[in-house]
Amino acid sequence: MLVAGKACLILALGVCLYGIGASLYGARSGRREWVASGRRAVYALAGVAVVAFLILQAAFLRSDFSFALVTTHSSTTTPAFYRATAVWSSQEGSLLLWLTLLALWSSLILYVTRRRLREIAPYATAVLLGLGAFFAALLVFLESPFDHTIGPVPAEGIGLNPLLRHPSMMIHPPMLYSGYTLFAVPFAFAIGALVARRLNADWIRHTRPFTLTAWFFLGVGIVLGARWSYSELGWGGYWAWDPVENASLMPWLTGTAFLHSAMIQEKRGMLKVWNVSLVLATGVLAILGTFLVRSGILESIHAFGASTLGVPFLLLIATMTAGSVYLVASRAPQLRSEHRIDSLLSREVMFLLNNLVLVLMCVVIWWGTFFPLISEALTGRRHSFGPSMFDSLTVPIAMALVLLSGIGPLIAWRRATAANLRRNFTWPLVAAAGVFVVALALGAGDQPDALIMFVLAGFVIGGVVQELVRGVRARRVMAREPVPVALVSLVRRNRRRYGGYLVHSGMAVIFVGIAASSSFAHEQDVQLSAGQSTEIGGYTVRYEKPTAELVAAPNGRLERIDLGAQLRVTRGDEVSVVHTERRFFPSVGPMLGPVSRFFEGEATSEVALQAGLRRDFWVTVAPDTGRLDARVKEGDKVFTEADNAGALAPADRNRLLAQALQGLTKSYATNPPAATFRILVSPMVTWIWLGALIVFCGGLIALWPSPRAVGRRVTAAYAARVGREARVPV
Amino acid sequence: MDPARKRTVRLVVALSAAVLLAGALLYTSFSASSEARTPSQLLSMAQPGKTYQLTGKVVAGYERKGTVTNFRVRDRAGNVSVPVRYEGVLPDPFRAGREVIVDVRKQGDVFVGEKDSLVTKCPSKFTADQT
Repeated sequence: MLVAGKACLILALGVCLYGIGASLYGARSGRREWVASGRRAVYALAGVAVVAFLILQAAFLRSDFSFALVTTHSSTTTPAFYRATAVWSSQEGSLLLWLTLLALWSSLILYVTRRRLREIAPYATAVLLGLGAFFAALLVFLESPFDHTIGPVPAEGIGLNPLLRHPSMMIHPPMLYSGYTLFAVPFAFAIGALVARRLNADWIRHTRPFTLTAWFFLGVGIVLGARWSYSELGWGGYWAWDPVENASLMPWLTGTAFLHSAMIQEKRGMLKVWNVSLVLATGVLAILGTFLVRSGILESIHAFGASTLGVPFLLLIATMTAGSVYLVASRAPQLRSEHRIDSLLSREVMFLLNNLVLVLMCVVIWWGTFFPLISEALTGRRHSFGPSMFDSLTVPIAMALVLLSGIGPLIAWRRATAANLRRNFTWPLVAAAGVFVVALALGAGDQPDALIMFVLAGFVIGGVVQELVRGVRARRVMAREPVPVALVSLVRRNRRRYGGYLVHSGMAVIFVGIAASSSFAHEQDVQLSAGQSTEIGGYTVRYEKPTAELVAAPNGRLERIDLGAQLRVTRGDEVSVVHTERRFFPSVGPMLGPVSRFFEGEATSEVALQAGLRRDFWVTVAPDTGRLDARVKEGDKVFTEADNAGALAPADRNRLLAQALQGLTKSYATNPPAATFRILVSPMVTWIWLGALIVFCGGLIALWPSPRAVGRRVTAAYAARVGREARVPV
Repeated sequence: MDPARKRTVRLVVALSAAVLLAGALLYTSFSASSEARTPSQLLSMAQPGKTYQLTGKVVAGYERKGTVTNFRVRDRAGNVSVPVRYEGVLPDPFRAGREVIVDVRKQGDVFVGEKDSLVTKCPSKFTADQT
């Protein structure tokens, strides 16, 4: 199977190179059959990439340890669900997933547009295949997923990093990679449009569903990552401004900007330079995201040389950037606007401002992410850019963004009149004022940042509700429908618009959740002995008793030790009993003793979380294993001596080791030391996840093809057929 | 004003706004960020009472007593290490060999970590450590 996998990858590289040549030759010579052949190369690439991916997936599911990758990233004790996801926990596996997704999405767009965008598509095909060739080459020459395990095939693998054993592992990475690879589609078509000098809004219109899907998937991926961090990493936060998080946020921000400014080009033929630049930047940032995660460059400017991926990725990014800049500069005359901005008080200007703010946000995040490198390059010393600095810079930008997302849908195109402003802004402003009064009454006055965000969110949601009410009223008058029917048909008839409004309100809800949870949270790190209690944010928390368990996998191998606590949580009359624990997974490091490797390996927290609309109660425990240290060391000594003397048969050794660990585990439960708890009471965190759901519903509504568009497509196809049959050009 | 002149003026205004913004960003970044130090740098220059941001890798064999953890942090490449005492809950990914960043203050021979300042890297990058 290893050979088959390798062959698939080599074939993939060959197919890419052939396809690039065929597409470019077809485009230059005008020979359609070569263009079609290039397109088929993309389908073929998708085929071989999927086969390669399936071979690897099957090896993981079968625990075939002759695959080096399976040995280092999976084990027989890893549950089947996580064995399936372990494929993309490795560098090589993620690159293969990247290639596979890129090939699938490219095939889809090229199939959908096979009879359209005839001048642009061949170049876009070449660009997509170029990216494919890059990843295929990495997989063939530098990071092969199909290497044979060195030495004899082991009976057991190292296992999936326990921190990655979370249901999100199934969807979070594929979503992010789908987002990244989908952004390659508008990137490729923008390059195609520039090369072919076809710079009207056609390419934007045809790639729009892909851009929107990319935006959607990347957004889902980001939120899932935040949720994962909140519920699994044991620190209680959902966003840390980690480079990996920033890497996914940056293309999402420029993608969001593009989705807005593209509307201006479609409607008014303006902002062409800006739009192609945004799309190209988004494409580069998506690659940069993969690069940041995969190359380890941010560890240090010096670590960069050591990474095998650093130089190739940097070359790719440099090529993409230089090519983009050259193309935009050389096509400047064709990119001139067809109209001018009529007034500063117009929707165009609001869109432009929103774009500038989004891009500013992206620039700030880019700067903060790369600041350690920039400072090292400039001064020779590394400065860090902490989360608090990110917060202080991005909070005002986020406020401006929420404000603009409220104004945009309300203000008129071209030129807003005083009457338009009065008519559209009165009720949203009233809503904002109402929120202000209520928030002050509830005591938000001492956190001005949060207060401002609440008021802005009130304005946005007030505006969206007003638009919906007006639309429903109009339909009731025109079509005499009852309210629910009128609402549904209103949204159905204008999915993009109302989907967009829903996204705006969802974002406002998210920002309310972020502002509330970061401004009004209670946090406590406290050490408690069994029987002791503590007070926090209106809760009384009592440490009732410790829990301890030695857990074996279904196949009998020792998997982990769980040390935890049972807590009684009281708030007013409500009493509940919660359980939290820390899971200690054995380390595979050769330096640790046979017993201590169970205590000094990877540990994960199982958070006890009571989520609610008003507040979340969140607690983790850090058991003090210090009291066990002496016995652990004793055990290490005994087993090491026995191992050196070769005194024990493997089966006996395993049985005795299990007994020793069982004894240690029991002694923790019967004679518990004090444990440290981290307790959080943070208000409205749930609003973030709810807001995200609203955003994604809005995204889905906007993505769904509208009935009119379907009709139009059918008519166009029909007209084309009639035209062909009658031999008249359509 | 003729259109060409108007366009130039607009370009100059936009560019100077961008330069101003970039300057502000540069200034705040350098003035507010703390300098990251490796263990060997700290050993040679740390003064008692001043706060430094220490980055490096956790050395195997740390001990926990109640809420206090005593561990050593070594250079990313090299074996020079400094002792650190940290009080509070450690992030889950904390373990020997992993890269940490922590704000420390020198007290005697030990570097005392400031509350809640310890961070470890995001787990999605950990695979590189294992292989």
